Amino acid sequence: MSEKTERPFLEGWFARDEAGAHLVGARCTSCGTYYFPSQSRFCRNPACDGEQFEEVALSRRGRLWSYTNACYQPPEPFISPDPFVPFAIAAVELERERMIVLGPVVQGVDVDALQVGMSMELVIETLSETPTERHLAWKWKPAV
Amino acid sequence: MSSKDIAILGVGMHPWGKWGRSFIDYGVAAARAALRDAGVDWRAVQFVSGAATIRNGYPGQVAGATFAQALGWQGAQVNTSYAACASGSQALAAARSKILSGECELALVIGSDTTPKGFLTPAKGERPDDPDWVRFRLGITNPTYFALYARRRMALYGDTVDDFALVKIKNSEHGFGNPNARYRKRFTAAEVAASPMVANPLRLMDVCATSDGAAALIVSSLDYARRVGRADAPQVAAISTVTPTFASAIIEMPDIATDSAVAAEAHSFRAALPAKAYEEAGIGPRDVSLAEVYDLSTALELDWIEDLQLCGRGEAAALLRSGATRVGGRIPVNPSGGLACFGEAVPAQALAQVCELTWQLRGQAGARQVNGATVGITANQGLFGHGSTVVVKR
Repeated sequence: MSEKTERPFLEGWFARDEAGAHLVGARCTSCGTYYFPSQSRFCRNPACDGEQFEEVALSRRGRLWSYTNACYQPPEPFISPDPFVPFAIAAVELERERMIVLGPVVQGVDVDALQVGMSMELVIETLSETPTERHLAWKWKPAV
Repeated sequence: MSSKDIAILGVGMHPWGKWGRSFIDYGVAAARAALRDAGVDWRAVQFVSGAATIRNGYPGQVAGATFAQALGWQGAQVNTSYAACASGSQALAAARSKILSGECELALVIGSDTTPKGFLTPAKGERPDDPDWVRFRLGITNPTYFALYARRRMALYGDTVDDFALVKIKNSEHGFGNPNARYRKRFTAAEVAASPMVANPLRLMDVCATSDGAAALIVSSLDYARRVGRADAPQVAAISTVTPTFASAIIEMPDIATDSAVAAEAHSFRAALPAKAYEEAGIGPRDVSLAEVYDLSTALELDWIEDLQLCGRGEAAALLRSGATRVGGRIPVNPSGGLACFGEAVPAQALAQVCELTWQLRGQAGARQVNGATVGITANQGLFGHGSTVVVKR
C-alpha cells in the first residue's frame, strides 16, 4: 500500500491534544452559549448581542441521545468505499455544553452494540479515502 | 376571532406520482380543478400566490408568475413564497393577508413539484460553510434524522417497530381509495417487516418517497363567500408559521448539532407550531375532528400526534394501537393516507393537507370520510426552521 496524504475532511473543526481528540467549538463570552461548528460573528441567543467568542475544546465525552445507521450509500458529497460499507451514526448529548452533536460511529461498531444513554467518547478516524488521500473526521465510540 | 377567517371556496389537486412532466402542467391541472370546484372564472381571481421550491424557482420559473402566465395573464397581483415544506402555508398566509387587508377578495393559492429520483441531495461543489454539505459529506441523509427520532421514542416510551409498521398499515388503508394518492395498496405487517432496512430502526416502508404533484385552493373573504351563496364553505381559522425558539431541543435537518442550551432553555419546534395555531383559532386539541400530519416517517406521525396534544407525551403508540387514529376512530390521523401514500411534493404538500381537510369538512371524502368532521388541523416541518400548522373549520 502506497503512502497516502492524511488530512481532516474539514479544516479546524476538530483537533487532537495530549488529552485526546476533541471538537473545536466556540463560546460566547457574554452569555456562555457554546457553538459547534465554531463561529466568531454574533451570538444566536435572542437575549444576547455578544460578538466576542473564545475558542474552546468541547467535551470529549457525552451520553448517547439516539443512534441509527446508513444501510444505503449516501449521495455525494459522501465519498464511499467500493463496495459501500454500512456504518452507524450517533447523536451524543454533551452535558457541559447542553448540546447534541451528530457523527459517524467508528468502524466495526454496529447498532447492536449501542444503547440510548450509554457513555460515548470522541475519536478521530478515517472518513473516506481516495487513491492519494485519507480524509479524517470525528467519530463517536462507546467509552470504555 | 371570526373576522380573521377566510373562506375556502374551491380545492383541486393533480394526482401524486412520478409523471415525468413539468411542474407547470401539474399546477395548471390543480388550479383548473380548484376553479371548477369553486365555480369561479379564472379572470375573476385577483391575487395569485405561488408556493415555490428552489428546484422550480429562479432562474426562469418563479412559481406565482409561472402559473399566472400558464393560466393566461389577466392582470392579477402575484406573489411567490419559498419556505421549504411550509411554502404552501406561507403562500396561503400571503393570500389571507391580502384578503383581510381588503386588497383583494378572491385568490388562487397554488403549489406544484417535480422531484428527482432517490435521496434529496445538496447542491454540488465543496461548500463547508453549508450545513447541508457537511452532513451529506459525513453520510447523514434525511432518513438519518427520522431514524434518530424513532429510536429515541423506542428508548423513552417503549415504542416498537411493530407500532411503526402499524402507522404504515393504517395510512395505506386510508389512502387505498384516494384517487390523488400515488401508492394505493394495502400493506401488511409482514410486508413492512420484509422491506429493506434504510436507517435502523426504519425500513423502506417506514420512510416516505418524493413525488410529483400539485394542489391548489381558491380562497375568498367571508363577505365574498356570502355574496356567492357559499356562507357554509369551510374556513381557514389559523395559519401558524412561527420560527423555532432558541435553543433547539431536538437535532434538526440539516444541522450537525443542536443549539447549546446553557444560557437559554431548550424548546421543541414541532410542539410550538400547533400551539400558536390553537391560540390563533381560539380552540384546543379537544375540538379537533381530524389531523393531517407530516409523516416523513411512520414514527414521526407519533411525534406529531403528541405535538398536536391529541394525547399526552409518550402515549401516541397506545392511541394508535387502540384504533383511535383510524378513520372511524376518535381522532383520525392522516385520513388522506398521508405522505405514506402520497410521497412528498414539497411546495404542494402543505396545500394538499388543506385540500383533504376541506373535502372532509364538506363530507366529500368518500370511503375515507371522517363522520361529522367540523375542525381539522395540519402540521408539517422542513428544512431551515420552516414549518406550519393550518386550522380549517366549518
